[in-house]
Amino acid sequence: MSDTVTTSVARLRGVGLRYRKTVALDGIDLDIPPGCMVGLIGPDGVGKSSLLSLIAGARAVQTGTVTVLDGDIGDTRHRDRVCPHIAYMPQGLGKNLYPSLSVEENLQFFGRLFGHGPAERRRRIDELCTATGLQSFLDRPAGKLSGGMKQKLGLCCALIHDPDLLILDEPTTGVDPLSRNQFWDLITRIRQARPGMSVVVATAYMEEAERFDWLVAMNAGRVLATGTPAELHAQTGTNTLEAAFIALLPETVRQGHREVIVPPLEVGDDEIVAIEARDLTMRFGNFTAVDHASFRIRRGEIFGFLGSNGCGKSTTMKMLTGLLDASEGEAWLFGQAVDSSDIGTRRRVGYMSQAFSLYSELTVRQNLVLHARLYHVPAEQIPARVDEMVERFDLASVLDKLPDALPLGIRQRLSLAVAMVHKPELLILDEPTSGVDPIARDAFWRLMIDLARKDKVTIFISTHFMNEATRCDRISLMHAGKVLVTDEPAELVRQRGSASLEAAFISYLEEAVGERHAPDAAAPVLAAETSAPDEGGGRRRGFSLMRVLSYSSREALELQRDPVRATLALVGSLILMFIMGYGISMDVDNLTFAVLDHDRSGTSRDYVLNLAGSRYFIERDPIRDHADMDRRMRNGELSLAIEIPPNFGRDLRRGDQVQIAAWVDGSMPARAETASGYVQGMHQTWLAQMVRAQLGVTPTPSVEVEIRYRYNPDVESLQAMVPAVIPMLLMMIPAMLTALSVVREKELGSIINLYVTPVSRLEFLLGKQVPYIVLGMLNFLLLTLAAVTIFGVPLKGSFLLLAICSLAYIAFATGFGLFASTFTNSQLAAIFATMIGSMIPVVQFSGIITPVSSLEGVGRHIGEFYPATYMVMVSRGVFSKALGFADLGFAVYPIMASVPVILVAATLLLRKQAR
Amino acid sequence: MRGYLSNVYRLGVKELWSLRRDPVMLILIIYTFSLSVYTSATAMPESLNLAPIAIVDEDRSPLSQRIAQAFYPPHFLPPSMITVNDVDSGMDAGLFTFALTIPAGFQRDVLAGRAPAVQLNVDATRMSQAFTGSGYVSRIVNDEVTGFVSRYRDGVSTAPVELVLRARFNPNLTEAWFGALMQIIDNVTLLSIILAGAALIREREHGTIEHLLVMPVTPLQIMVAKVWATAGVVLLAAFLSLTLVVRAALQVPIEGSIALFLLIALLHLFATTSMGIFMATVSRGMPQFALLMVLTIIPLQMLSGGSTPFESMPQFVQMVMSAAPTSHFVSASQAVLYRAAGVEAVWPQMLAITVIGGLLFVFSLARFRKTISRMA
Repeated sequence: MSDTVTTSVARLRGVGLRYRKTVALDGIDLDIPPGCMVGLIGPDGVGKSSLLSLIAGARAVQTGTVTVLDGDIGDTRHRDRVCPHIAYMPQGLGKNLYPSLSVEENLQFFGRLFGHGPAERRRRIDELCTATGLQSFLDRPAGKLSGGMKQKLGLCCALIHDPDLLILDEPTTGVDPLSRNQFWDLITRIRQARPGMSVVVATAYMEEAERFDWLVAMNAGRVLATGTPAELHAQTGTNTLEAAFIALLPETVRQGHREVIVPPLEVGDDEIVAIEARDLTMRFGNFTAVDHASFRIRRGEIFGFLGSNGCGKSTTMKMLTGLLDASEGEAWLFGQAVDSSDIGTRRRVGYMSQAFSLYSELTVRQNLVLHARLYHVPAEQIPARVDEMVERFDLASVLDKLPDALPLGIRQRLSLAVAMVHKPELLILDEPTSGVDPIARDAFWRLMIDLARKDKVTIFISTHFMNEATRCDRISLMHAGKVLVTDEPAELVRQRGSASLEAAFISYLEEAVGERHAPDAAAPVLAAETSAPDEGGGRRRGFSLMRVLSYSSREALELQRDPVRATLALVGSLILMFIMGYGISMDVDNLTFAVLDHDRSGTSRDYVLNLAGSRYFIERDPIRDHADMDRRMRNGELSLAIEIPPNFGRDLRRGDQVQIAAWVDGSMPARAETASGYVQGMHQTWLAQMVRAQLGVTPTPSVEVEIRYRYNPDVESLQAMVPAVIPMLLMMIPAMLTALSVVREKELGSIINLYVTPVSRLEFLLGKQVPYIVLGMLNFLLLTLAAVTIFGVPLKGSFLLLAICSLAYIAFATGFGLFASTFTNSQLAAIFATMIGSMIPVVQFSGIITPVSSLEGVGRHIGEFYPATYMVMVSRGVFSKALGFADLGFAVYPIMASVPVILVAATLLLRKQAR
Repeated sequence: MRGYLSNVYRLGVKELWSLRRDPVMLILIIYTFSLSVYTSATAMPESLNLAPIAIVDEDRSPLSQRIAQAFYPPHFLPPSMITVNDVDSGMDAGLFTFALTIPAGFQRDVLAGRAPAVQLNVDATRMSQAFTGSGYVSRIVNDEVTGFVSRYRDGVSTAPVELVLRARFNPNLTEAWFGALMQIIDNVTLLSIILAGAALIREREHGTIEHLLVMPVTPLQIMVAKVWATAGVVLLAAFLSLTLVVRAALQVPIEGSIALFLLIALLHLFATTSMGIFMATVSRGMPQFALLMVLTIIPLQMLSGGSTPFESMPQFVQMVMSAAPTSHFVSASQAVLYRAAGVEAVWPQMLAITVIGGLLFVFSLARFRKTISRMA
């Protein structure tokens, strides 16, 4: 892509990186040669992933300079320019894929992001999928693919834009040997087709690294050595890379390393069976995950479980732990049938699941202590036990760190430590060493052998590493839910007459699949590379509608895959409008009152009847005395109490001044105010009647106030509330729909696509917003229709004006959800922030109940700035007052203006790089 | 038994830790229980506060001027004097809620005993002001006219029966008292549902629930742990908010027993956290939970008697809402905090909350047990 003569595809000078106090990279100087396959090797947590994410531009450079493709990657302009030429596949199976989207949809999404037209996308997708064998799985959701296929899809997504630099972070970790072979064959063929492409790979598999052109050995944030595998061998005088690497390590690290020796299992006469499974079967719908699996594992045995990804290993293990109830068949642990409610057995078992599943919000130490306590390790033993685990798994340096900050390998060790903290008699370990570096793996195995041989702990383990499989006493090969064969590793090799267990394994699998997995010779891997890579729209700078739509269609697909959510939004808002329209009532009626009548004359009874006859008041049993009044007012039974003095009737007839005392419950001020008004009004009416009846004269009022209630002549709450409820619902529901969209990508890892693809922050946000605006408008139409038909609230003004304002308003609401999503780091906080940021201002400060002009203090300012205020005005104006743009213009502009404000705020808070 | 309780305790402490590791969430909680309570309390006007009024004075007499001068803050904004032609446009734009028209020859007619009429236009879409306000306006006009007339005609006797009306528990009807406490009550419900529900979904999404299930821990323990941890956080926040914000900063005299209120809140939290857990078991993930929560929270807050009087709502809404714990919580809290009611007065509500909470707990525990295996 450059005319200058390049000597390195990436050049690092004095690069350092820290996460708070931890030094991840320490003064790295490195030149990565172009056009070849470069491997990064080293134990876990030495900074391999950090280095790759810096080169990919996914993480901000802290110190030093990183020059990638002839420019400083720290420079935003250069990053924008070269990012269409870099492809980055992060660590973890399918980390940057969208699990609910199909293979095809994932590829289409990435294709659009890089600006390819429909025909171009079709061609590329077909090409890549033919080459990788994904062609027949185009409709399968990415989340349902096996690990190996996920990685192939990840690779396809990375290759869709013909990158010049391909960065792969441990692409084959957790992938079975067969798929791993296929994966590397694929890379080789792609490189043949595109010789100019540079590939940088981090790997934990030394045998893989053996095939690379050039290697970087790293330790503790520094580069130990660089060179071709042969050079490294020569330098250290070793003949395997694993040995070479160990030789390169500093003396202190190397010390602990010894060859793993497995003493044979002594089978006594008193053979106890730890695990027995008979015809275990698990069906999910019409898919049989495990098909009549049977095996027996003796106490103290190390039993290995091998098989390709998705063959049913994990499911079998889950059934044994009681996490899943078997559809058929039975299993026994220590002679007792597996029963998920049996607490006693659980204490004897330690389990480690495939995915990291410890509390990421607790530190390493807290995780260990918590699990020790939950397993009821005696309190006095806990510190010693924790120390023991820390020492065995070498966790001392990370004891007070949070797991999320740790590399995969160390997290795996922590999981193992947690599974063993209560010294179980049986360990069920699902790929415990996946992603763990060779030295730590050997240490781990020494420990396991120790446990099995000395403490007679039974170990049931699944693995993808063949050298681990050979250490097991017996292994089972599993494929497509069936156990193919169970025997000692050496015996399996002998039966197949293969050179190694790996060969035997592949041969068994191929026999089971019934076909040979030779590389598809026909596959013309990207041979027809006709298109000039630089022509892609991805290079175009500035705003791209295509990239917006790319995110929109992705978001829309996700919405479509979860129809419950959209239905909930539409139906739920209708139900809410119904409840609120009828329920929120500004009328104050049905007020309870009672009388303390000391007089008990006809006059006093007449006075009471006057009140009781009104629709506003409901009379309760008379009050006996002051204590009774006090009690009944306190517990809320009475809102109004009236006391009529003794001799009321007599004194009145005599013409003496008499007083009636009334108490209103002031705890709800608005209600009290209205109630006082009613009482005073009725008191006046009664007086007038009395004067007329007794004196025979009609006192002429000196003035009459004619009250006209406008816009809502019957003063019905419904008529006033429905137009106000619509803006309320249109704020809260769209905001909640978008509230999780960004923070979810942060939690699940796909945010990396924002970091490393040409999509800009604004494009990203707008793209996410569009489908929800559409849904919001649908919601608006539904609510308006319901208002007019079901509630009979006439729409007097311009519908068009209402619709346009609603559109802008919904854009604000969804923008607000995104805004809340950008500054929070957990979904919990995002929901809460959206909730308090939308509900409180809408309900309290936007004039739904009290007009904004009557509010005071900060609340009033919030009301004046919050667009809901203006939307309520527009909605009421259009619904009840038949107003048009001329009258409501003053309210329309603030709504329109709020949209860019919130979007800019959200864009500014969103980061384009990890820090 | 000790081991049993210790599990519940440990799991609960773990919940507290996870909250501590989320600084944004902590800040938001502090904000809702401090600034937000303060804002809500101070924003709410006294029942009729600064109501915008306009006067069309076609009489321009001393009496009409006297009437115009009778409208002043805090109940009303100083009236804007307009012409007849401005009435419609001003009301349409919502510039004022009331427009009072005093016809020409008003003073003359009053003095002649002809009882002339003044016209009051009220914007009935602003329900809350419309009702109270028109009563106020009528009374003010009447008082001014009576006062004016009495100077010209003697012998106008005062009414033979005087009504002495007092407001109890909040003599000046200060809205801040009401607003502040209601905001805390709303927050208690909102926060407890979110914390309990989201914590469970989080465990599911991060796969940690799977780990709990292989450990010697029962679903009941997991649930009780979430309930106590959530309740603890919310109660502490409510207590601090009541004492520091409401009492100290807002100077609201709380007559009732805060301890009793906290006890009722505890019962209520038992119900709402169960509700949150139930919602978490029903929804398939955080996005669904979030939406479900909006749909539940809005009616809970608007229709439990905290925003508008419970007894004035339509019968069927009242019936539906009495199944919600919030209605009883609001009513009991109002009794305790405003009216200093004791246990003897609020035990029916406490019983109702306990029964509803118990049912919700048993129901969501059953649901939790049923779905827990599917969560892993």
